[in-house]
Amino acid sequence: MSTDIDRQWTSRLRRSVVAKLPPDKLLPDTQPAYVASWIYVFGVTTMAALGVVIATGCILALDGPQWWHSSSLGHFVNSLHLWSVEIFFFAMVIHLWGKFAMAAWRGGRSLTWVTGAITFMVSILTAFTGYVSQTNFDSQWIATQAKDGINSTGGGAFFNVLNLGQMLMWHIVLLPIGAVLLTVLHVVMVRVKGVVPPIVETVELSA
Amino acid sequence: MAQGWGLGALINLNHYGHYLQWHVFSISVANLLVIIVMIATFVAALVAPFPGRRNRKGPQ
Amino acid sequence: MRKKAYRPDVDVPEWKGRYVPYDIIKEGTIALVVVAILTVALAVVFSSPDEKAITIKTWSNADPIDFAKTAVSELDGTSGVAHYGAPYNHGGPAQGLGFLSPEKWVGVRIAINTATDFVLNPLEAQPTQPALHAALTQWASASSTTQSSWTSAYASADAKMTFTGDHVNVPTHAAGPVPVLINDLTMMARSGALDQALVTQNGFYTTNYTKPLLFLSDGTYLAGLANKQHLGGDQWGMMNETGSWPGQAWLWLYTFWYQVSPYNSSKSGDFMVFGTMMVLTALLVAVPFIPGLRSVPRRIKIYRLIWREHYRESED
Ligand code: HEM
Repeated sequence: MSTDIDRQWTSRLRRSVVAKLPPDKLLPDTQPAYVASWIYVFGVTTMAALGVVIATGCILALDGPQWWHSSSLGHFVNSLHLWSVEIFFFAMVIHLWGKFAMAAWRGGRSLTWVTGAITFMVSILTAFTGYVSQTNFDSQWIATQAKDGINSTGGGAFFNVLNLGQMLMWHIVLLPIGAVLLTVLHVVMVRVKGVVPPIVETVELSA
Repeated sequence: MAQGWGLGALINLNHYGHYLQWHVFSISVANLLVIIVMIATFVAALVAPFPGRRNRKGPQ
Repeated sequence: MRKKAYRPDVDVPEWKGRYVPYDIIKEGTIALVVVAILTVALAVVFSSPDEKAITIKTWSNADPIDFAKTAVSELDGTSGVAHYGAPYNHGGPAQGLGFLSPEKWVGVRIAINTATDFVLNPLEAQPTQPALHAALTQWASASSTTQSSWTSAYASADAKMTFTGDHVNVPTHAAGPVPVLINDLTMMARSGALDQALVTQNGFYTTNYTKPLLFLSDGTYLAGLANKQHLGGDQWGMMNETGSWPGQAWLWLYTFWYQVSPYNSSKSGDFMVFGTMMVLTALLVAVPFIPGLRSVPRRIKIYRLIWREHYRESED
């Protein structure tokens, strides 16, 4: 017998979320025995690096985009931001190689792969907008070079890499939101599906 | 070159980089090192024994 | 018996084996601490690059002749930007492949007229100086044929351009007001006033550096500094960084195409590199769906190493 409460949008949403991702799937305390390799730590490491990138970026934001040129503390925070980005890409690329080697898209996990690959692209774009927002020689050169590539696609008319204000907004607001949302989606999908089992060439129908 | 490289760089990278050239390929030593360390880390992650894999008990 | 529908690159048998304790929150916390420590260590040891931005003032003081020649090319419409085409102007052909030319479809959206935006408007914003005022009036009231006869007289003599005693000299008497315009613009640039004039065309507040950056990109000064740092497009520059720091190594493939034919010789090279990368990106995203490609991991067998414990146990 279904009550008014059962038919609520709210309770329906809760039921379907809990069915898809019960707490012990979201935060499991065990893993299948085959999860026994250092290669598994690179997804989490990428996430950790993303956290450090965002935290250091937030500190850089406190005093405005040009603070770091004139303050040695600011320059140090910029160094933290840069090196966490290098670690982020470093870990993400190893993660990608690892997931490829494991064919980790099997068993209905193709969207996990797809969101991962898109996150990679969004991360590259985020880093790029960061490079052109540096307000130094590097950003001048990168912007005047990159404009040709982007203009050739027609995109330059709307995404003007020579417009500092526009690039900074994309770098510190729009793209990080995109990258974080994609990461959340990616990781939630991993938890929903569980870690992909080892490759099996053939399946016996017996036993 | 750069304005005050500030708080404590122990190794000063603020000079023109070294580049390796082979046919059309050209790469800075810094980038090459990053890529080599990346590949080495990948290989290490594949071969290093994962802790907690205690003495394998017989199949359950 | 082989189950017919089973595809090893797509399907997985359900896991019926053991589960072992695994603390993902502890793992994540350790990862965060390790990454944070590593970040601080790398920042302390290596710091980060910050090559000061150049200005039109630095450029015109370091190389007044390069600046003045560039200014002439902006005035007579022969500069790179004047010939760029979309999205800045109608001065050049759009990139494309066959009928595919999004650059052309989009059209002029960030209108730049190099003569008015880079030369005449800034000069007009200067405080009144009788000689400059007369030169600007003479220029404005001349026909475009007269204007180009002046600029070509000037440009054909500018190989002999000298810069002495704060004056740009070009040996010609057929150039009408052009010598005054170029000389005054150069003086304006050397004082720093041109940097201001180019951005304040947008009003009091500005965060848009399109005009000064385009102007800078037309000279040889900026590119000269960049090439010394190995940042040129034909030097794999996209993945390089100023100084000896690592750069955007992840752009290696994007920058690779710029080094090889036909990409590095085609007028539509940028468009072709972009197109190639979009196709390759689509392939990466779609790996799970592409037969053959998705079997590569099974063929290269790295997975046997990753899950070696599992295979040892299950094959015992
Ligand atoms: C911001 C970037 C990324 C973050 C933070 C991230 C994070 C994670 C995490 C935490 C996991 C689970 C733990 C693990 O197996 O490592 C995971 C799994 C996975 N990732 Fe990523 N990832 C990112 C990018 C990518 C990329 C670029 C790809 C590939 C194109 C990818 C493909 C996958 C796949 C297929 C899985 C499922 C693994 C399985 O079921 O065993 N990820 N990711």
